[in-house]
Amino acid sequence: MARAFQLHPADNVATLLEDTSGEPVAITGSSEPLEITPSRAIALAHKIALCDIPEGGPVVKYGVPIGLATCLIRRGDWVHLHNCRSAMDERSSTLDVESGAATDTVYE
Amino acid sequence: MSEPVWEGYLRADGRLGVRNLVLVVYTVECASHVALEIGRGEEDTHVIGFPGCYDNAYAIRLMLSLARHPNVGAVLAVGLGCEYTQPGKIADLVKASGRPAEWFYIQEQGGTKSSIELGKRLVRRMREQIRAQTPRAPMRLKDLVVGAECGGSDGTSGLAGNPVTGRFFDRLVDAGGAAIFEETVEMIGLRDIMTARAATPEAAAQIGRAYDKAARYCQAVRQYSVAPGNFAGGLTTIEEKSMGAFAKGGSRPIQGVIRVAQRPPWPGLWLLDSVVDDSFMGFGYTNPNDTEGLMDLLSAGAQILLFITGRGSVTGSPLAPVIKITGNSQTFARMKDDMDFDASRILRGELSLDQAAEELQSLVVRVAGGELSRPEALGHREYFIMYKHQDTPALEAGCRA
Repeated sequence: MARAFQLHPADNVATLLEDTSGEPVAITGSSEPLEITPSRAIALAHKIALCDIPEGGPVVKYGVPIGLATCLIRRGDWVHLHNCRSAMDERSSTLDVESGAATDTVYE
Repeated sequence: MSEPVWEGYLRADGRLGVRNLVLVVYTVECASHVALEIGRGEEDTHVIGFPGCYDNAYAIRLMLSLARHPNVGAVLAVGLGCEYTQPGKIADLVKASGRPAEWFYIQEQGGTKSSIELGKRLVRRMREQIRAQTPRAPMRLKDLVVGAECGGSDGTSGLAGNPVTGRFFDRLVDAGGAAIFEETVEMIGLRDIMTARAATPEAAAQIGRAYDKAARYCQAVRQYSVAPGNFAGGLTTIEEKSMGAFAKGGSRPIQGVIRVAQRPPWPGLWLLDSVVDDSFMGFGYTNPNDTEGLMDLLSAGAQILLFITGRGSVTGSPLAPVIKITGNSQTFARMKDDMDFDASRILRGELSLDQAAEELQSLVVRVAGGELSRPEALGHREYFIMYKHQDTPALEAGCRA
Protein backbone atom coordinates (compact mmCIF):
# COMPACT_ATOMS: atom_id res chain seq x y z
CA MET A 1 0.00 0.00 0.00
CA ALA A 2 1.29 3.46 -0.89
CA ARG A 3 2.06 5.69 2.10
CA ALA A 4 1.64 9.40 2.65
CA PHE A 5 3.37 11.36 5.39
CA GLN A 6 1.66 13.96 7.55
CA LEU A 7 4.33 16.36 8.82
CA HIS A 8 2.43 18.17 11.58
CA PRO A 9 -0.69 17.39 13.66
CA ALA A 10 -2.41 20.54 12.34
CA ASP A 11 -1.88 19.57 8.68
CA ASN A 12 -4.88 18.91 6.46
CA VAL A 13 -2.71 17.42 3.69
CA ALA A 14 -0.14 14.60 3.59
CA THR A 15 2.70 14.01 1.10
CA LEU A 16 2.78 10.80 -0.93
CA LEU A 17 5.91 8.70 -0.35
CA GLU A 18 5.11 6.49 -3.34
CA ASP A 19 2.95 6.82 -6.44
CA THR A 20 -0.65 5.65 -6.01
CA SER A 21 -2.89 4.76 -8.93
CA GLY A 22 -6.00 5.18 -6.78
CA GLU A 23 -5.78 2.40 -4.19
CA PRO A 24 -6.13 3.35 -0.50
CA VAL A 25 -3.17 5.23 0.98
CA ALA A 26 -1.79 4.68 4.49
CA ILE A 27 -1.27 7.98 6.29
CA THR A 28 1.72 8.00 8.66
CA GLY A 29 3.42 10.69 10.70
CA SER A 30 1.59 12.92 13.12
CA SER A 31 -1.92 11.49 12.96
CA GLU A 32 -3.33 8.22 14.25
CA PRO A 33 -2.69 5.64 11.54
CA LEU A 34 -5.45 5.94 8.98
CA GLU A 35 -6.27 4.99 5.43
CA ILE A 36 -7.70 7.29 2.81
CA THR A 37 -8.91 6.30 -0.64
CA PRO A 38 -7.69 8.89 -3.13
CA SER A 39 -10.15 10.23 -5.67
CA ARG A 40 -7.60 9.69 -8.47
CA ALA A 41 -3.97 8.69 -9.11
CA ILE A 42 -1.48 10.82 -7.16
CA ALA A 43 2.28 10.86 -7.73
CA LEU A 44 5.15 10.59 -5.25
CA ALA A 45 5.78 13.92 -3.46
CA HIS A 46 2.33 15.31 -4.28
CA LYS A 47 -0.34 16.01 -1.65
CA ILE A 48 -3.56 14.27 -0.63
CA ALA A 49 -6.30 16.01 1.40
CA LEU A 50 -6.82 14.45 4.84
CA CYS A 51 -10.24 16.10 5.31
CA ASP A 52 -12.62 18.36 3.44
CA ILE A 53 -11.22 21.88 3.01
CA PRO A 54 -13.79 24.60 2.24
CA GLU A 55 -13.29 27.07 -0.61
CA GLY A 56 -11.09 29.90 0.70
CA GLY A 57 -9.88 27.81 3.63
CA PRO A 58 -6.17 27.39 4.41
CA VAL A 59 -4.24 24.39 3.12
CA VAL A 60 -1.96 23.51 6.03
CA LYS A 61 1.37 21.66 5.77
CA TYR A 62 4.33 21.86 8.20
CA GLY A 63 1.70 23.31 10.57
CA VAL A 64 1.51 26.54 8.54
CA PRO A 65 -0.83 27.72 5.77
CA ILE A 66 0.91 27.04 2.46
CA GLY A 67 -1.99 28.29 0.36
CA LEU A 68 -5.75 28.74 0.07
CA ALA A 69 -8.33 26.37 -1.40
CA THR A 70 -9.78 27.82 -4.62
CA CYS A 71 -12.77 25.44 -4.47
CA LEU A 72 -14.13 22.85 -2.10
CA ILE A 73 -11.44 20.19 -1.68
CA ARG A 74 -12.73 16.76 -0.63
CA ARG A 75 -10.92 14.29 1.61
CA GLY A 76 -8.83 12.08 -0.67
CA ASP A 77 -8.44 14.73 -3.40
CA TRP A 78 -5.11 15.57 -5.01
CA VAL A 79 -4.23 19.05 -3.74
CA HIS A 80 -2.33 21.10 -6.30
CA LEU A 81 -2.48 24.10 -8.63
CA HIS A 82 -6.05 23.31 -9.77
CA ASN A 83 -7.53 23.73 -6.28
CA CYS A 84 -4.94 25.60 -4.20
CA ARG A 85 -3.32 28.99 -4.70
CA SER A 86 -0.50 30.95 -3.09
CA ALA A 87 -1.39 33.94 -0.93
CA MET A 88 1.42 35.85 -2.69
CA ASP A 89 2.36 34.43 -6.06
CA GLU A 90 -0.22 34.98 -8.80
CA ARG A 91 1.58 33.52 -11.80
CA SER A 92 1.80 29.99 -10.44
CA SER A 93 -1.98 29.69 -10.69
CA THR A 94 -1.69 29.99 -14.48
CA LEU A 95 0.76 27.10 -14.93
CA ASP A 96 -0.11 23.76 -16.47
CA VAL A 97 -1.37 21.60 -13.62
CA GLU A 98 0.48 18.44 -14.69
CA SER A 99 3.81 19.73 -15.98
CA GLY A 100 4.04 23.09 -14.23
CA ALA A 101 4.94 24.63 -17.61
CA ALA A 102 4.10 28.28 -18.23
CA THR A 103 1.00 28.97 -20.31
CA ASP A 104 1.44 32.74 -20.49
CA THR A 105 4.68 32.97 -22.50
CA VAL A 106 4.42 33.36 -26.26
CA TYR A 107 6.59 31.09 -28.45
CA GLU A 108 6.11 31.92 -32.12
CA MET B 1 32.73 8.28 18.89
CA SER B 2 36.03 10.10 18.49
CA GLU B 3 36.08 13.35 16.61
CA PRO B 4 37.01 12.93 12.96
CA VAL B 5 40.37 14.37 11.90
CA TRP B 6 41.76 14.59 8.38
CA GLU B 7 44.58 16.37 6.57
CA GLY B 8 43.86 19.79 5.12
CA TYR B 9 45.94 22.35 3.24
CA LEU B 10 47.19 25.20 5.40
CA ARG B 11 47.21 28.61 3.70
CA ALA B 12 49.51 31.47 4.66
CA ASP B 13 46.50 33.40 6.00
CA GLY B 14 45.83 30.58 8.47
CA ARG B 15 42.75 29.18 6.74
CA LEU B 16 42.46 25.49 5.90
CA GLY B 17 41.40 24.09 2.55
CA VAL B 18 40.21 20.63 1.54
CA ARG B 19 41.61 20.87 -2.00
CA ASN B 20 44.79 22.37 -3.42
CA LEU B 21 43.78 23.98 -6.70
CA VAL B 22 45.09 26.38 -9.29
CA LEU B 23 42.41 28.88 -10.30
CA VAL B 24 42.36 30.58 -13.69
CA VAL B 25 40.31 33.79 -13.63
CA TYR B 26 39.38 35.72 -16.74
CA THR B 27 38.31 39.34 -16.48
CA VAL B 28 36.13 39.75 -19.57
CA GLU B 29 34.18 37.43 -21.87
CA CYS B 30 36.67 38.11 -24.70
CA ALA B 31 39.31 36.25 -22.65
CA SER B 32 37.09 33.27 -21.85
CA HIS B 33 38.15 30.98 -24.69
CA VAL B 34 41.83 31.40 -23.88
CA ALA B 35 41.20 30.88 -20.15
CA LEU B 36 39.08 27.77 -20.69
CA GLU B 37 41.69 26.34 -23.08
CA ILE B 38 44.41 26.98 -20.51
CA GLY B 39 42.43 24.98 -17.97
CA ARG B 40 41.40 22.18 -20.35
CA GLY B 41 43.00 18.87 -19.40
CA GLU B 42 44.99 20.41 -16.55
CA GLU B 43 44.68 18.48 -13.32
CA ASP B 44 43.52 20.40 -10.24
CA THR B 45 42.93 23.52 -12.33
CA HIS B 46 39.56 25.27 -12.36
CA VAL B 47 38.38 28.24 -14.41
CA ILE B 48 36.01 31.06 -13.51
CA GLY B 49 35.46 34.45 -15.05
CA PHE B 50 33.36 37.56 -15.36
CA PRO B 51 31.82 38.37 -18.75
CA GLY B 52 31.45 42.12 -18.39
CA CYS B 53 33.79 44.68 -19.95
CA TYR B 54 32.69 47.34 -17.47
CA ASP B 55 33.76 46.59 -13.97
CA ASN B 56 31.37 46.04 -11.12
CA ALA B 57 32.24 46.25 -7.43
CA TYR B 58 30.13 43.23 -6.58
CA ALA B 59 31.73 41.04 -9.27
CA ILE B 60 35.23 42.12 -8.26
CA ARG B 61 34.57 41.33 -4.58
CA LEU B 62 33.19 37.96 -5.65
CA MET B 63 36.20 37.14 -7.86
CA LEU B 64 38.65 38.21 -5.16
CA SER B 65 36.92 36.07 -2.56
CA LEU B 66 37.12 33.07 -4.92
CA ALA B 67 40.75 33.76 -5.81
CA ARG B 68 41.59 33.69 -2.09
CA HIS B 69 39.29 30.76 -1.31
CA PRO B 70 40.83 28.26 1.14
CA ASN B 71 40.72 25.48 -1.49
CA VAL B 72 42.78 27.64 -3.89
CA GLY B 73 46.58 27.50 -3.74
CA ALA B 74 47.52 29.64 -6.74
CA VAL B 75 45.90 31.92 -9.30
CA LEU B 76 46.41 32.91 -12.92
CA ALA B 77 44.43 36.00 -13.95
CA VAL B 78 43.90 36.43 -17.71
CA GLY B 79 42.66 39.63 -19.29
CA LEU B 80 42.19 40.70 -22.87
CA GLY B 81 43.62 44.16 -22.26
CA CYS B 82 40.73 46.55 -22.87
CA GLU B 83 38.42 45.77 -19.97
CA TYR B 84 37.94 47.74 -16.76
CA THR B 85 38.55 44.79 -14.41
CA GLN B 86 42.29 44.59 -13.69
CA PRO B 87 43.84 41.10 -13.70
CA GLY B 88 47.07 42.58 -12.31
CA LYS B 89 45.30 43.84 -9.22
CA ILE B 90 43.70 40.44 -8.67
CA ALA B 91 47.14 38.80 -8.91
CA ASP B 92 48.65 41.36 -6.50
CA LEU B 93 46.02 40.73 -3.84
CA VAL B 94 46.35 36.97 -4.23
CA LYS B 95 50.13 37.30 -3.77
CA ALA B 96 49.54 39.42 -0.68
CA SER B 97 47.52 36.52 0.73
CA GLY B 98 50.65 34.35 0.48
CA ARG B 99 49.68 32.44 -2.65
CA PRO B 100 51.61 32.29 -5.93
CA ALA B 101 49.87 34.34 -8.62
CA GLU B 102 50.52 35.39 -12.22
CA TRP B 103 48.64 37.47 -14.75
CA PHE B 104 48.86 38.65 -18.32
CA TYR B 105 46.96 40.42 -21.09
CA ILE B 106 46.23 38.36 -24.19
CA GLN B 107 46.83 41.42 -26.41
CA GLU B 108 50.40 41.66 -25.12
CA GLN B 109 51.13 37.94 -25.61
CA GLY B 110 50.42 37.90 -29.31
CA GLY B 111 47.00 36.26 -29.36
CA THR B 112 45.25 32.99 -28.72
CA LYS B 113 47.97 30.37 -29.29
CA SER B 114 50.79 32.08 -27.47
CA SER B 115 48.50 33.04 -24.59
CA ILE B 116 47.29 29.47 -24.13
CA GLU B 117 50.89 28.20 -24.23
CA LEU B 118 52.04 30.78 -21.70
CA GLY B 119 49.00 30.16 -19.49
CA LYS B 120 49.59 26.43 -19.41
CA ARG B 121 53.27 26.94 -18.52
CA LEU B 122 52.32 29.26 -15.65
CA VAL B 123 49.57 26.94 -14.39
CA ARG B 124 51.89 23.92 -14.43
CA ARG B 125 54.69 25.77 -12.68
CA MET B 126 52.41 27.08 -9.93
CA ARG B 127 50.72 23.69 -9.54
CA GLU B 128 54.10 22.04 -8.97
CA GLN B 129 54.98 24.76 -6.50
CA ILE B 130 51.81 24.45 -4.39
CA ARG B 131 51.96 20.65 -4.49
CA ALA B 132 55.49 20.74 -3.16
CA GLN B 133 55.17 23.61 -0.74
CA THR B 134 51.66 23.74 0.75
CA PRO B 135 51.86 22.49 4.34
CA ARG B 136 49.35 19.86 5.44
CA ALA B 137 47.64 20.31 8.76
CA PRO B 138 45.09 18.38 10.78
CA MET B 139 41.54 19.49 10.16
CA ARG B 140 38.36 18.93 12.15
CA LEU B 141 34.70 19.81 11.82
CA LYS B 142 35.35 23.10 13.62
CA ASP B 143 37.60 24.12 10.70
CA LEU B 144 34.85 23.63 8.13
CA VAL B 145 32.58 26.15 6.51
CA VAL B 146 29.81 24.24 4.73
CA GLY B 147 27.25 25.83 2.43
CA ALA B 148 23.87 24.36 1.51
CA GLU B 149 21.64 25.05 -1.43
CA CYS B 150 18.67 23.25 -2.90
CA GLY B 151 17.69 23.01 -6.53
CA GLY B 152 15.16 21.05 -8.54
CA SER B 153 13.20 20.75 -5.30
CA ASP B 154 10.10 18.61 -5.03
CA GLY B 155 7.76 17.41 -2.33
CA THR B 156 10.43 15.10 -0.89
CA SER B 157 12.96 17.92 -0.40
CA GLY B 158 11.20 19.29 2.66
CA LEU B 159 10.59 15.79 4.04
CA ALA B 160 14.04 14.22 3.77
CA GLY B 161 16.78 15.98 1.77
CA ASN B 162 16.63 19.34 3.51
CA PRO B 163 15.87 17.97 7.00
CA VAL B 164 18.92 15.65 6.92
CA THR B 165 21.04 18.60 5.80
CA GLY B 166 19.61 20.66 8.66
CA ARG B 167 20.33 17.92 11.18
CA PHE B 168 23.92 17.69 9.89
CA PHE B 169 24.19 21.48 10.19
CA ASP B 170 23.14 21.16 13.84
CA ARG B 171 26.00 18.72 14.41
CA LEU B 172 28.48 20.89 12.51
CA VAL B 173 27.51 23.99 14.50
CA ASP B 174 27.69 22.06 17.79
CA ALA B 175 31.22 20.94 16.81
CA GLY B 176 32.28 24.57 16.32
CA GLY B 177 32.04 24.80 12.54
CA ALA B 178 30.20 27.30 10.36
CA ALA B 179 27.09 26.46 8.35
CA ILE B 180 25.67 28.76 5.69
CA PHE B 181 22.34 28.56 3.95
CA GLU B 182 20.89 31.02 1.51
CA GLU B 183 18.09 31.60 -0.97
CA THR B 184 16.17 34.19 1.01
CA VAL B 185 13.88 34.41 -2.04
CA GLU B 186 12.89 30.84 -1.20
CA MET B 187 11.90 31.81 2.32
CA ILE B 188 8.97 33.93 1.22
CA GLY B 189 6.06 33.56 3.59
CA LEU B 190 8.24 32.67 6.59
CA ARG B 191 9.19 36.06 8.06
CA ASP B 192 8.06 35.28 11.62
CA ILE B 193 9.44 31.74 11.58
CA MET B 194 12.84 33.03 10.42
CA THR B 195 13.18 35.94 12.82
CA ALA B 196 12.18 33.65 15.70
CA ARG B 197 15.35 31.63 14.96
CA ALA B 198 17.67 34.61 15.45
CA ALA B 199 20.43 34.33 18.06
CA THR B 200 20.17 38.01 19.04
CA PRO B 201 17.83 40.97 18.50
CA GLU B 202 20.39 42.37 16.05
CA ALA B 203 20.34 39.11 14.07
CA ALA B 204 16.52 39.20 14.09
CA ALA B 205 16.61 42.73 12.65
CA GLN B 206 19.08 41.62 9.95
CA ILE B 207 16.92 38.63 9.04
CA GLY B 208 13.80 40.81 8.92
CA ARG B 209 15.51 43.29 6.59
CA ALA B 210 16.83 40.51 4.34
CA TYR B 211 13.36 38.95 4.20
CA ASP B 212 11.65 42.23 3.34
CA LYS B 213 14.18 42.91 0.59
CA ALA B 214 13.66 39.41 -0.87
CA ALA B 215 9.90 39.97 -0.87
CA ARG B 216 10.34 43.34 -2.64
CA TYR B 217 12.65 41.68 -5.17
CA CYS B 218 10.08 39.00 -6.06
CA GLN B 219 7.47 41.71 -6.56
CA ALA B 220 9.86 43.87 -8.60
CA VAL B 221 10.78 41.11 -11.04
CA ARG B 222 7.22 39.70 -10.92
CA GLN B 223 8.51 36.20 -10.35
CA TYR B 224 8.67 34.07 -7.23
CA SER B 225 11.51 31.60 -6.90
CA VAL B 226 9.63 28.52 -7.98
CA ALA B 227 9.95 26.73 -11.31
CA PRO B 228 7.94 24.29 -13.46
CA GLY B 229 9.85 21.28 -12.13
CA ASN B 230 9.00 22.25 -8.56
CA PHE B 231 5.29 22.23 -9.42
CA ALA B 232 5.54 18.99 -11.39
CA GLY B 233 7.26 17.57 -8.31
CA GLY B 234 4.27 18.26 -6.11
CA LEU B 235 5.05 21.70 -4.71
CA THR B 236 1.98 23.88 -5.12
CA THR B 237 3.00 27.29 -3.76
CA ILE B 238 6.10 29.33 -2.93
CA GLU B 239 5.03 29.14 0.72
CA GLU B 240 5.22 25.34 0.59
CA LYS B 241 8.58 25.41 -1.20
CA SER B 242 9.87 27.91 1.36
CA MET B 243 9.00 25.72 4.33
CA GLY B 244 10.87 22.85 2.71
CA ALA B 245 13.88 24.99 1.81
CA PHE B 246 14.12 26.50 5.28
CA ALA B 247 14.42 23.00 6.76
CA LYS B 248 18.03 22.87 5.55
CA GLY B 249 18.82 25.51 8.17
CA GLY B 250 18.38 22.92 10.91
CA SER B 251 17.42 24.08 14.38
CA ARG B 252 20.30 26.11 15.77
CA PRO B 253 20.09 29.90 16.27
CA ILE B 254 20.90 32.03 13.23
CA GLN B 255 23.89 34.21 14.12
CA GLY B 256 23.14 36.84 11.51
CA VAL B 257 23.03 37.69 7.83
CA ILE B 258 26.13 37.81 5.63
CA ARG B 259 26.28 39.12 2.08
CA VAL B 260 28.11 37.88 -0.99
CA ALA B 261 31.92 37.76 -0.54
CA GLN B 262 31.58 38.15 3.24
CA ARG B 263 32.88 35.41 5.49
CA PRO B 264 30.97 34.42 8.62
CA PRO B 265 32.58 36.60 11.35
CA TRP B 266 32.31 33.74 13.84
CA PRO B 267 31.20 30.09 13.71
CA GLY B 268 27.60 28.94 13.90
CA LEU B 269 24.66 29.06 11.51
CA TRP B 270 24.50 31.99 9.08
CA LEU B 271 22.01 33.16 6.48
CA LEU B 272 23.49 34.47 3.22
CA ASP B 273 21.67 37.29 1.44
CA SER B 274 22.48 37.49 -2.27
CA VAL B 275 19.60 39.75 -3.25
CA VAL B 276 20.47 43.08 -4.88
CA ASP B 277 19.97 46.59 -3.55
CA ASP B 278 16.51 48.01 -4.12
CA SER B 279 17.82 50.43 -6.72
CA PHE B 280 18.93 47.52 -8.91
CA MET B 281 15.75 45.44 -8.73
CA GLY B 282 14.26 46.93 -11.88
CA PHE B 283 17.06 45.35 -13.94
CA GLY B 284 15.54 41.92 -13.75
CA TYR B 285 16.55 38.58 -12.32
CA THR B 286 19.59 38.77 -10.10
CA ASN B 287 19.19 35.34 -8.52
CA PRO B 288 18.83 33.54 -11.81
CA ASN B 289 19.93 29.94 -11.21
CA ASP B 290 21.45 27.43 -8.82
CA THR B 291 25.00 27.94 -10.07
CA GLU B 292 24.85 31.60 -9.12
CA GLY B 293 23.78 30.55 -5.63
CA LEU B 294 26.66 28.10 -5.29
CA MET B 295 29.12 30.87 -6.23
CA ASP B 296 27.72 32.97 -3.40
CA LEU B 297 28.31 30.17 -0.90
CA LEU B 298 31.86 29.72 -2.22
CA SER B 299 32.47 33.43 -1.81
CA ALA B 300 31.71 33.07 1.91
CA GLY B 301 34.57 30.56 2.14
CA ALA B 302 32.63 27.29 2.06
CA GLN B 303 35.11 24.46 1.47
CA ILE B 304 32.28 21.94 0.92
CA LEU B 305 28.88 22.49 -0.68
CA LEU B 306 25.76 20.42 -0.05
CA PHE B 307 23.21 20.43 -2.85
CA ILE B 308 19.77 19.03 -2.12
CA THR B 309 17.57 18.03 -5.03
CA GLY B 310 14.26 16.30 -5.53
CA ARG B 311 13.70 16.24 -9.27
CA GLY B 312 17.40 15.74 -9.92
CA SER B 313 20.17 18.18 -10.78
CA VAL B 314 23.51 17.71 -12.48
CA THR B 315 24.96 21.02 -11.39
CA GLY B 316 28.39 21.09 -9.79
CA SER B 317 30.87 23.77 -8.91
CA PRO B 318 34.46 24.83 -9.24
CA LEU B 319 36.67 25.21 -6.12
CA ALA B 320 34.64 23.12 -3.68
CA PRO B 321 33.27 19.59 -3.92
CA VAL B 322 29.49 19.49 -4.24
CA ILE B 323 27.79 16.65 -2.35
CA LYS B 324 24.49 15.81 -4.00
CA ILE B 325 21.62 14.72 -1.74
CA THR B 326 18.16 13.60 -2.75
CA GLY B 327 15.13 12.46 -0.79
CA ASN B 328 13.41 11.18 -3.93
CA SER B 329 13.93 7.42 -4.35
CA GLN B 330 13.00 7.56 -8.05
CA THR B 331 15.54 10.32 -8.70
CA PHE B 332 18.25 8.47 -6.79
CA ALA B 333 17.63 5.34 -8.86
CA ARG B 334 17.37 7.23 -12.17
CA MET B 335 20.39 9.52 -11.64
CA LYS B 336 22.56 7.27 -9.49
CA ASP B 337 25.86 8.43 -11.01
CA ASP B 338 25.13 12.02 -10.01
CA MET B 339 23.80 11.42 -6.49
CA ASP B 340 26.04 11.10 -3.44
CA PHE B 341 23.46 10.56 -0.71
CA ASP B 342 20.10 8.77 -0.71
CA ALA B 343 17.95 10.51 1.91
CA SER B 344 14.83 8.66 0.72
CA ARG B 345 15.86 5.88 3.11
CA ILE B 346 14.50 8.12 5.88
CA LEU B 347 11.09 8.11 4.22
CA ARG B 348 11.16 4.31 3.87
CA GLY B 349 11.92 3.99 7.58
CA GLU B 350 15.34 2.43 6.96
CA LEU B 351 17.22 5.23 8.76
CA SER B 352 16.29 7.73 11.43
CA LEU B 353 17.02 11.39 10.73
CA ASP B 354 19.88 11.26 13.25
CA GLN B 355 21.37 8.15 11.70
CA ALA B 356 21.15 9.76 8.27
CA ALA B 357 22.81 12.94 9.55
CA GLU B 358 25.62 10.89 11.03
CA GLU B 359 26.10 9.08 7.75
CA LEU B 360 26.08 12.39 5.87
CA GLN B 361 28.70 13.73 8.27
CA SER B 362 30.92 10.71 7.55
CA LEU B 363 30.55 11.41 3.83
CA VAL B 364 31.43 15.09 4.33
CA VAL B 365 34.52 14.05 6.30
CA ARG B 366 35.61 11.58 3.61
CA VAL B 367 35.14 14.17 0.85
CA ALA B 368 36.97 16.77 2.95
CA GLY B 369 39.78 14.22 3.28
CA GLY B 370 40.10 13.92 -0.51
CA GLU B 371 37.45 11.46 -1.72
CA LEU B 372 35.85 12.88 -4.87
CA SER B 373 32.15 13.70 -4.70
CA ARG B 374 30.02 12.55 -7.65
CA PRO B 375 29.72 15.97 -9.36
CA GLU B 376 33.44 16.53 -8.80
CA ALA B 377 34.38 13.16 -10.33
CA LEU B 378 32.06 13.81 -13.28
CA GLY B 379 33.93 17.02 -14.01
CA HIS B 380 31.24 19.55 -13.16
CA ARG B 381 32.80 23.01 -12.82
CA GLU B 382 29.90 25.33 -13.68
CA TYR B 383 30.38 28.95 -12.66
CA PHE B 384 28.37 32.13 -12.97
CA ILE B 385 29.48 35.66 -12.11
CA MET B 386 27.14 38.46 -13.06
CA TYR B 387 26.64 42.18 -12.76
CA LYS B 388 24.94 42.99 -9.52
CA HIS B 389 24.77 45.88 -7.10
CA GLN B 390 24.76 44.90 -3.47
CA ASP B 391 25.50 47.47 -0.79
CA THR B 392 27.01 49.74 -3.39
CA PRO B 393 27.22 53.38 -2.35
CA ALA B 394 26.92 56.29 -4.76
CA LEU B 395 25.17 54.48 -7.58
CA GLU B 396 24.43 57.91 -9.05
CA ALA B 397 28.14 58.55 -9.66
CA GLY B 398 29.48 58.28 -13.20
CA CYS B 399 27.52 60.79 -15.23
CA ARG B 400 28.03 64.56 -15.29
CA ALA B 401 24.55 65.32 -16.50
